Amino acid sequence: MKSRNLLLVLPFLALAIYWSWPKDDLISYNRDIRPIVNQKCISCHGGVKQSGGFSLLFESDAKMPTESGKPAIIPGDADASEMLTRLQHSDPEMRMPLGKNPLSETEIKLIKKWINQGANWEKHWAYIPPEKDISPPSLPRELEAKNEIDHFIFSKLSQMDLAPNPPAPKEILLRRLALDITGIPPTLKEYEDFLKDTSPEAYEKTVDRLLDSPHFGEKWASFWLDLARYADSKGYEKDLHREIWKYRDWLIEAFNQDMPYDEFTVKQLAGDLLPDPTENDLLATAFHRNTMANDEGGTNDEEFRVAAVMERVGTTFEVWQGTTMACVQCHSHPYDPIRHEDFYKSMAFFNNTRDKDLYNEQPKVFTYEPTEKAKVRQLLTWVNEQIQPEDKLPQITEAFLHRQKETLLYKLGHRRVEAEEFQDKSRFIELVGHDQASIWQVQDSSWVMYEQVDLTEVEAISLGYASLTGGKVEIRLDSILGTKIGEGTFEVTAKGFPGNRPEQWQTLTIPIQPTEAKRDVYYYFKKDRVFAQDLVRVDWLYYQEKSPEIAGYSAEIRAKIDSLQEIKPVQTPILGELPKDQTRKTAVFERGDWRSRGKEVQAGIPEIMGTINQAKPNRMDFAQWLVSEENPLTARVMVNRIWEQLFGFGLVESMEDFGSQGIPPTHPELLDWLAVTFREDLNWSVKSLIKKIVMSSTYRQHSTVTEEKQNKDPYNKYLSRGSRTRLPAETIRDQALAISGLLNPESYGPSVMPFQPEHIISFGGKFWNVSEGEDAYRRAVYTYWKRTHPYPSMVTFDNPSREVCTSRRIRTNTPLQSLVLLNDPVYLEAATAWAQKILKEYKTDIKTGIEKNLQLITAKVPEKEKVAVLHQLYQESLAYYMQEGADLDEDPELAAMRLVSNAMLNLDEFVTRR
Amino acid sequence: MTIWEEAFLRKAQYNSRRHFLKKCTSGIGALALGSLMGCGREGSSAAETAFLAGQGPHFAPKAKSVIFLHMAGGPSHLELFDYKPTLQKLNGQATPASLMEGKEFAFLKGTPKLLGPQTNFAQYGESRAYVSDYLPEFAKMVDEVSFLKAMHTNEFNHAPAQLFMHTGSPRLGKPSMGAWSIYGLGSENEDLPGYVVLNSGGGAISAGKSAWGSGFLPTVYQGVQCRSQGDPVLFLSNPSSIDEHLRKKSIDAINQINQMEYEQAGDPEILTRIAQYELAFRMQTSVPETMNINDEPAHIHQMYGTEPGKASFANNCVLARRLVEKGVRFVQLFDNRWDTHGVGAGNGVGEGMRRSCKAIDQPIAALLKDLKQRGLLEQTLVVWGGEFGRTPMMEARTGEGFDGRDHHLAAFTMWMAGAGVKKGKVHGVTDEIGYYGIEGQTHVHDLQATILERLGFDHEKLTYEFQGRNFRLTDVHGKVINEILS
Repeated sequence: MKSRNLLLVLPFLALAIYWSWPKDDLISYNRDIRPIVNQKCISCHGGVKQSGGFSLLFESDAKMPTESGKPAIIPGDADASEMLTRLQHSDPEMRMPLGKNPLSETEIKLIKKWINQGANWEKHWAYIPPEKDISPPSLPRELEAKNEIDHFIFSKLSQMDLAPNPPAPKEILLRRLALDITGIPPTLKEYEDFLKDTSPEAYEKTVDRLLDSPHFGEKWASFWLDLARYADSKGYEKDLHREIWKYRDWLIEAFNQDMPYDEFTVKQLAGDLLPDPTENDLLATAFHRNTMANDEGGTNDEEFRVAAVMERVGTTFEVWQGTTMACVQCHSHPYDPIRHEDFYKSMAFFNNTRDKDLYNEQPKVFTYEPTEKAKVRQLLTWVNEQIQPEDKLPQITEAFLHRQKETLLYKLGHRRVEAEEFQDKSRFIELVGHDQASIWQVQDSSWVMYEQVDLTEVEAISLGYASLTGGKVEIRLDSILGTKIGEGTFEVTAKGFPGNRPEQWQTLTIPIQPTEAKRDVYYYFKKDRVFAQDLVRVDWLYYQEKSPEIAGYSAEIRAKIDSLQEIKPVQTPILGELPKDQTRKTAVFERGDWRSRGKEVQAGIPEIMGTINQAKPNRMDFAQWLVSEENPLTARVMVNRIWEQLFGFGLVESMEDFGSQGIPPTHPELLDWLAVTFREDLNWSVKSLIKKIVMSSTYRQHSTVTEEKQNKDPYNKYLSRGSRTRLPAETIRDQALAISGLLNPESYGPSVMPFQPEHIISFGGKFWNVSEGEDAYRRAVYTYWKRTHPYPSMVTFDNPSREVCTSRRIRTNTPLQSLVLLNDPVYLEAATAWAQKILKEYKTDIKTGIEKNLQLITAKVPEKEKVAVLHQLYQESLAYYMQEGADLDEDPELAAMRLVSNAMLNLDEFVTRR
Repeated sequence: MTIWEEAFLRKAQYNSRRHFLKKCTSGIGALALGSLMGCGREGSSAAETAFLAGQGPHFAPKAKSVIFLHMAGGPSHLELFDYKPTLQKLNGQATPASLMEGKEFAFLKGTPKLLGPQTNFAQYGESRAYVSDYLPEFAKMVDEVSFLKAMHTNEFNHAPAQLFMHTGSPRLGKPSMGAWSIYGLGSENEDLPGYVVLNSGGGAISAGKSAWGSGFLPTVYQGVQCRSQGDPVLFLSNPSSIDEHLRKKSIDAINQINQMEYEQAGDPEILTRIAQYELAFRMQTSVPETMNINDEPAHIHQMYGTEPGKASFANNCVLARRLVEKGVRFVQLFDNRWDTHGVGAGNGVGEGMRRSCKAIDQPIAALLKDLKQRGLLEQTLVVWGGEFGRTPMMEARTGEGFDGRDHHLAAFTMWMAGAGVKKGKVHGVTDEIGYYGIEGQTHVHDLQATILERLGFDHEKLTYEFQGRNFRLTDVHGKVINEILS
């Protein structure tokens, strides 16, 4: 296998070396021609428009005959090439680019030379795998490098006649490291200890300590959650709750454990296809269950299933390949050599999962949280010991406890099924209310279906129901028109459902005809041609067997089984592949419209990216191709994301687009060197990569800027200084809570609802129930995320709504942000707690108290002038609170100190990573 | 030069976001960003003007502002403007199969019955436009508006159709029309948000905040929802223990320290932050002032039929006028009570809809009159409509008792007024039962192209690069409806 890989790579390598060889006379397509084509030609001669039958997108197309009958480019003969003629034509109607300024003489000369040299084509840089042996450039003599990164950065700087900044002061570095690596600011003691430690290893020891912190994953999960479009709700009109927080926990744990990025990739995209997947492997696949689902009444499930699958294709390519596939849905890529068909070939990898926009979000994995898990295990083991040998499970194991419980109960004939766990339904079946724990039948002649139910021993089926109108149900086999095996009548059970929740469920038991084997069972709801909005609600089904084993056991055992049933598992939607015989066929959708199916396609990757050497590749093969050596983009795209997290922007600034319309890398060799190092030397370890970067002198620079640097490198793209960027929303909040002492550092678990203003209501009305106690002060990453109404203060600080995959958060600086920090009760509460702390500790020496605490923000001992401003604010407002403003607050000292701490939480230094 | 002026100037020179908003700051967006950031007319410095030379709208705008009155849920054109005597004659008859084949509806199925108009129509004004007796006050204003009677859309469910109307796409993640407008033009008022959203009618609309979101545009362009209860803008008011005097003092302290930091670190972003705190402070006064309609004279309250203190449509109409008067670019009203399925008594297109119309009839007429008498109508584009229309068939799920219509995407009525839109014009015709447009059909993308045209934009050129492609409000469609423009 290895040698085959090498054989594949060799030609590229040879080409790459050939291209990068400095030959002044040889025109390089990528260096000299592509920029002209992209800027001046491609919008009319690309993938969408191919004016005159001429397209420059693919080499083969460009050299093919055009509408005129002959090719526009004749390699080796520029004078005979129509392309050149048209660029120089004297008639403005004929001269290209039409209606725009002509190309410059230099540009025309380049094109001429290029055609005469044979019109050699090159792939766009991003599709050529990075070279393996890039040696860092040598360093200008006077500079000292900490590692290879500095060689690349400093040599570029010296070409620009710029010198790097000296290192930042130790305290600033400590704050920078802590916020970048864990998202939590250092304590005063940590500043002190770090200053005291003058050993040469002090810095590295701190880096290692922070990377080992359990808070590491909580910080680094955020950017991936944006990519995964993770949210606690499904989106669209109803935007109902979705239980998928176990995915967020999986992610945090994966970062904490430094799961290698190749494994991390394969598990999220195809964890279900691993041999013997664990519960965690399945949870990882929830990555692609974060697509939106539409629960609005009257929607077409297939339309939204297809929309979700197409979205997965676009997201996968953006996340792992920095490639924009969304436009290829409708037509060939306008700028990059990716054909329309390529989208659907890629879609075929994802088109075979079992999920289909059902309300119940099947398929799911059922897990228990530690306490529940212990209980279930204990009960299950106990029951298993008591029962007859033929009913026993061979042993009770730790993994998949829920499945074991289901198997055991099934064996015992205790077969209760939640009504909402159907496998198919007609339109007008909805789930009720916030908990979505019962089904609601909105219109006559609706149905639900449960797949492959074994009815061999079953003599009756019971339904737990409630109804305002009464009605009928027919039980049929295999289809709604199939054999009727039973029917029953629902009584009117109530006059109304207060709070949209039936107070009582009644049981309807329907005897059924003896039936053999496993069948699909349909429940067909009717009401004599009288139509009703809310016909019947069903909570559960129970299959009554003739002589269930359970009937033979003692009341004690039955009671234990009941308690087992009461322990609710956490349900997480996951990916699951359809069985072979139900494989969906994938076709090209004309103009991206799912209703117009074109030619059928087989799964495959876009041609420009290579091929997968498998007869019938599946999702697993696709995931493995992503992390294989042949893939030119995966490592580059990921190192770029990590770089952006640490410096504020990527080496390729357009993180979502490495294609020809993206922004070219500022340091292409460094990008490639990092990519290869990440994959080969660091074995895909994200923590090692972060360490490598933060150990560099480049990272450690002071962030002050001189006028010269501001002029030559205004956005600090070349890193002539330490980066100075506004912190992400999560870090701003976590920092306020940490500094004020309110932060609850607890990790993992269901999402929490910290305070938000009461008047925010969603489509379904009030949805926010403020978490009580310590849960209100959890880290921001645990905040409940409702897509249609995302947490206001975080959106104000530029968090995306997580409706779609987002690679970059565009930082803004607005008055609404000022209002959040000034007046959001969360920040006021933090200010109050902090003020109380300061007053308690420094009652008699307010000025020192302000100075010491301001240091939590400034990192360095703050300048006297800054302390003086705040001290004055304290004194003046104290005086005001004691006189004119006496009505404002009964505790003038606390009120005055609160104004000071509130001001500190509004400083530029507070919101900025320096 | 004061520190504020210096801040504006420096920001214009350095504008560090230019780096992140490559397209938007080197394009027309720069103007918008400048205005949004408090670099409005007064702040415009020589440096900024030079930077923007040759940018701005594509041609002279007719509209300075837009007021979009969205009747969320989809009001029935058949009970308001599109008078169909034939449908009346066919009332109660089964719908011919040919009309149902291959169609998708949210709730209709089988063979529904046709439902005649549930109210009476008459012709009004010089234009002799039909209006039903649900809208007696608006009927007096028909000579101010152009009707689009053969509108059609692509979506028949609320959330996607609302998104389609406001973002040009049925899926989430695209910028709304208001966001595009301020991305292109900025705001005229430096103390108020450029894009304000006001809701009435109860509950939140199906599409949620995404209907006024900024999509892939930077978040500064998203609509700011102003509320009637609680803070009009989130976190606008100070806590009870901090009054205006103290707030001023604390902002002064914050800015003083930030200024010291700027002198050391040299990062121009700090100057922007200083300016933003000043602006936030000004907004604390200007927003509540603008949102407080109590200072309107009694005759205005009477004219609109306001209900001070409530989230009423009438109040929102007064607010809309106040906002455009102050130079707010895009005012978006959502009135959420128009989904007339007839699933219960009073929920259909009969008495239920008559009641809904009562809530909007007088305020809309008043808004048009008021804008006109202040000379604002000439520069304000008023747009009225829903996300789709209703079927000529009765929705069968409710039986005979009620009078509901299902969602209908193939035909509905909208109207526009002001900003050089023709007065007293009717464009577009539907068939005899109001099921399809047969003449002068106009699509949602056409409407969007027309709104942008009034603001001075060629909808094909107002673009933003995202995911490798230049996106625009009208996707790859849209044609300006020149027939109604003068």
